[in-house]
Amino acid sequence: MSEYKFSEDQEKEIAAIFAKYPVKASAMLPLLTLVQRADQVVSPEAMVAIGKKLDVSPAYVQSVLSFYTMYHTEKVGKYMILFCINISCQLNGSDKLLEHTAKKLNIKVGETTFDEKFTLHREECLAACTEAPMMRVNDTYYGNLTEQRIDQIIDSLD
Amino acid sequence: MTQILFKDINKEGLHTMKVYEELGGYQSLKKAFAQKPDEIVEAVKASGLRGRGGAGFPTGLKWSFLAKDVFPRYLCCNADESEPGTCKDRELLLKNPHLLIEGMILCSYACRIETGYIYMRGEFQDLSFIMDKALEEARAKGYLGKNILGTGFNLDIHTHLGAGAYICGEESALLNSLEGGRGEPRMKPPFPAVEGLYSKPTVINNVETLCVVPYIVNEGAEKYASFGTEKSKGTKLVSVSGHVKKPGNYEIEMGTPTSELIYNLAGGIRNDNKLKAFIPGGSSVPMLPADKVDTPYDYESLAAAGTMLGSGALIVIDDSVNIVETTLRLISFYMHESCGKCTPCREGTRWLYQIVERIMQNNGQLEYIEKLEDICGNMSFKTFCPLADACVAPVVSSIQHFRSDYEEYFKNVGVS
Repeated sequence: MSEYKFSEDQEKEIAAIFAKYPVKASAMLPLLTLVQRADQVVSPEAMVAIGKKLDVSPAYVQSVLSFYTMYHTEKVGKYMILFCINISCQLNGSDKLLEHTAKKLNIKVGETTFDEKFTLHREECLAACTEAPMMRVNDTYYGNLTEQRIDQIIDSLD
Repeated sequence: MTQILFKDINKEGLHTMKVYEELGGYQSLKKAFAQKPDEIVEAVKASGLRGRGGAGFPTGLKWSFLAKDVFPRYLCCNADESEPGTCKDRELLLKNPHLLIEGMILCSYACRIETGYIYMRGEFQDLSFIMDKALEEARAKGYLGKNILGTGFNLDIHTHLGAGAYICGEESALLNSLEGGRGEPRMKPPFPAVEGLYSKPTVINNVETLCVVPYIVNEGAEKYASFGTEKSKGTKLVSVSGHVKKPGNYEIEMGTPTSELIYNLAGGIRNDNKLKAFIPGGSSVPMLPADKVDTPYDYESLAAAGTMLGSGALIVIDDSVNIVETTLRLISFYMHESCGKCTPCREGTRWLYQIVERIMQNNGQLEYIEKLEDICGNMSFKTFCPLADACVAPVVSSIQHFRSDYEEYFKNVGVS
């Protein structure tokens, strides 16, 4: 296993993160997020590196990250589509729209397209219920979805 | 209708210090700093403000429970908004971040706290950038930092992002997550006011709750308490979603009839269908049938009707839906979000799911309903946190009010 190296900018960001807390361990989620933002996944090498920063074992890092749904240890597409299917979206037809999205991308829910551009996941409530049905693509929320709007959004991403 | 939190919500540029101050923002600080910290706690008590996150615990009382003379103390703002149907905090964070900061400054001064965290759900990354910018503006103005406005009071506030876990909205799970661990709830007592973040006395309040505090300091507790009902004071943000024509977040005076929210503010039922059911306080509270639609929207009236005000998320369901479908979706949510620490929740949510799924596949028997009720009875009040109870709520209430929807499936047993 090769050694994980944080970039100079990342080291600066890490120092700023540590300054926010009286206890090092609190930087766990921020560091995992920082790594994933750069690499799209959290690799075993990164877990070792984060463990070193926080004085905890890599196994502990893994146990924490496995608790949270937003961290990935396996490669995902360039665009992560989280499709809300919880109650307010369900009432507004999310199931059919999710099916439509999967068909449009030619994958099953939970899969990544062959060109590694899109990953489609079923998601629980994202706190945008008044805009239901909705989905989140990477950091952006898209509400009031229709089949046409979904097609437009997907086609506009490159 | 009285607007306290949403008064200027759609003013352009409200998220900037300049516009916020032009509209009277941060005026409460000088007023507060002229008083003793305990006077602010007393004012919040007198205002009758109760926690807006879901539990409805009196806010001033919560503050007064902090362990005496133990420092440092911490303030955690719960911005993990994850209760299905709820999206009011997101609107406040997005459009009016300074209101939250002002509220947090007042709470910190009142409780003699020098460090605050805003715990936001991981999906709110965009909002955290807006909040970081607002915090930076507040530091530049001297509203945060050392010796704030020459009073000797120090405070800094930081944002902290979660990473996708409903349970982190539960206060003790939130603390574990903020400390860098798995977001599993803690055994209580000790309560966070005694041993919270880093085992120090900690106040945890919802975004909306903290956003009310500047009004109380500016206008007085009496003024705030003059709105609402005798026991449910003030106003409440309600997220109305589901089968309505104009879904949205609406600020109402406590005690406004639920029908006013559905038929007037939210424009009525879509396609002019008939109302079948509504869930008044987010997915974790029991649903009610249409004939309860005139129930006043306040803590006591909703409790008397057999449900709860919860987080203020009104989910409206029309008569095109079989309630069993909705119930299964909610069980599926709680099954997914159960952290697995307590057996009744980890196993119970799964069993409920399997049984209701079997009913929906036309493979059920009438006795299954009894089984569901039996399992629910073994989940309620038997776990560290209320997630199991939250899962029980839609199951028990759907059986109570919409038993015939279950029976529909039994007619077709054996037919796939």
